[in-house]
Amino acid sequence: MKVLVAVKRVVDYNVAVRVKQDGTGVELDNVKMSMNPFDEIAVEEAVRLKEAGKASEIVAVSVGPQKATETLRTALAMGADRAILVKTDAKVEPLAVAKLLKTVVAEEAPDLVILGKQAIDDDSNQTGQMLAALLGWSQGVFASKVETGEGMLTVTREVDGGLQTVELKLPAIVTADLRLNEPRYASLPNIMKAKKKPIAEKTPEDCGVDIAPRLTVLKTEAPKKRGGGVKLASVDELIEKLKTEAGVL
Amino acid sequence: MTTLLLAEHDGKLLSEQTARTLAAAAKLGAPVHVLVAGAGVASIAEAASRLDGVAKVLVADDAAYAHQLAEPLSALLVSLAPNYDALLAPSTANGKSVMPRVAALLDVMQISDVIAIDGTTFQRPTYAGNAIETVTSSDPKLVVTVRGSAFKPVGEGAASAPVEAVAAAGDPVLSRFIKEELDAAERPELTSARIVVSGGRALGSKEKFEELILPLADKLGAAVGASRAAVDAGYAPNDWQVGQTGKMVAPDLYIAAGISGAIQHVAGISDSRVIVAINKDEEAPIFQLADYGLVGDIFTILPELKDKL
Ligand SMILES: Cc1cc2nc3c(=O)[nH]c(=O)nc-3n(C[C@H](O)[C@H](O)[C@H](O)COP(=O)(O)OP(=O)(O)OC[C@H]3O[C@@H](n4cnc5c(N)ncnc54)[C@H](O)[C@@H]3O)c2cc1C
Ligand SMILES: Nc1ncnc2c1ncn2[C@@H]1O[C@H](COP(=O)(O)O)[C@@H](O)[C@H]1O
Repeated sequence: MKVLVAVKRVVDYNVAVRVKQDGTGVELDNVKMSMNPFDEIAVEEAVRLKEAGKASEIVAVSVGPQKATETLRTALAMGADRAILVKTDAKVEPLAVAKLLKTVVAEEAPDLVILGKQAIDDDSNQTGQMLAALLGWSQGVFASKVETGEGMLTVTREVDGGLQTVELKLPAIVTADLRLNEPRYASLPNIMKAKKKPIAEKTPEDCGVDIAPRLTVLKTEAPKKRGGGVKLASVDELIEKLKTEAGVL
Repeated sequence: MTTLLLAEHDGKLLSEQTARTLAAAAKLGAPVHVLVAGAGVASIAEAASRLDGVAKVLVADDAAYAHQLAEPLSALLVSLAPNYDALLAPSTANGKSVMPRVAALLDVMQISDVIAIDGTTFQRPTYAGNAIETVTSSDPKLVVTVRGSAFKPVGEGAASAPVEAVAAAGDPVLSRFIKEELDAAERPELTSARIVVSGGRALGSKEKFEELILPLADKLGAAVGASRAAVDAGYAPNDWQVGQTGKMVAPDLYIAAGISGAIQHVAGISDSRVIVAINKDEEAPIFQLADYGLVGDIFTILPELKDKL
């Protein structure tokens, strides 16, 4: 089974993001960037499939600027075999990312594509589902467990009331939720080895995909700030405040 | 101009998320049709027809929709789409699974997790709620998911809307439902509860979580939430996770016990009316947004709080 993994370069999850004064977006200068945490989980899952003898080859794909090769190197150091960068400096919406990934799928013919459930910058939670739709494939999104079978996958999904298990016909799309696995740290020897693994580059034009955005962001604002209140001395005082001042009890 | 809203239900009851999403749909200013898809869902359709602002209810009663699988459900929505200018669903696990698939099949960019609508502009949180974007779409149709906690549910009117059966759209049979393990829902639902009591890593074990958090929640008639750390450690089930990648809550009262207040957790609670934090570390970031803070040990404070209520 050949596995494709989609990885996005995003602001590191530890960074407290600040909105620009003029409302045109968020401050990205000199901010630490990392692989989207859900995509680390996606790569880890692919590597585990390979280690279990279920996957034959892992190809990591990213859509983004030249610097996204750093993210691809991380995927290679974790255990992906080779990588593809679809290079663009433009902001690419999930629909366009899905279209670009579709063209990569057409060339690479994987049996399984694993994505993160959500990119922690745009918080869209769309790309995997869209790719599944464009390919006419089955989807198992928000996966917390993946088991392989003959021509199919069994996927346990995190849903609102608990867990749902579905069987997917291959080829399939899976998106990784937090509890699918705990991603490894790449070892130093593997980081060195990753430097020699190939990264192919192409552009959205090469793919024949129009990436013009469909949504226009009119402005970006900081959320309403909460007051940050008082520290109380006792449980009695808390109950009193909740009853009288706040009126919530 | 007509809007189609995908109803959220569990096969037995209509979810309150539907009434919340209806409130958002009303802001588009067009008549709203509600689609109830499922197997044996006549009573759910009937419940939907009584909600305020519903012009018509469409029922697709077919075994293919029994478990809300995205592949057949998106095919159904796409078959109905020519009659509509906007398709909406709540940002629930189902809505988030189905709607992007619909959007891609219609060649439309979905607007995810909308928290406010003003005519043709939409507000949505990004970066775990640290940046609110105002967006417009240039697509010929709108596909939108709605964060229920940002909208008050519509009420029930005296009149009921007409209910009309629609044909199933053919199942591509790409996936098959195997099983579901759902919590017995004896407590209020997290996303619509008036009070939420959440526990974090500080609880230290499943036993302590159950001993300290659950009785307090039950005394308050509250829903129970948890931080990711508490869920990952197995103290609480996954669907209790509150935050950027869990549930978004907006209760009148949110009590965070032994939770540090990481941005990803705070993303899910900042619309709560009153936040109470109990933490032994007075520097914990949760105190920066809590209305009332108690610095101390949850193992003594939580039992005392329960007893004195
Ligand atoms: C991609 C991504 C998504 C995430 N999504 C979510 C999400 O949706 N929801 C979420 O919650 N997290 C999420 N997280 C995790 C988040 O970053 C934090 O790790 C998590 O919220 C921490 O949980 P906690 O506050 O329970 O634990 P900790 O941060 O360990 O805090 C425990 C707190 O308990 C206090 N404490 C300890 N003992 C006691 C005691 N006896 N009495 C009182 N106080 C005590 C400590 O002072 C500390 O403040 C996500 C992370 C990533 C990377
Ligand atoms: N620019 C990108 N390059 C590679 N993968 C992406 C990109 N954008 C999104 N993805 C994948 O799609 C998932 C969901 O992203 P989103 O739909 O933006 O929330 C991510 O976790 C990635 O796996």
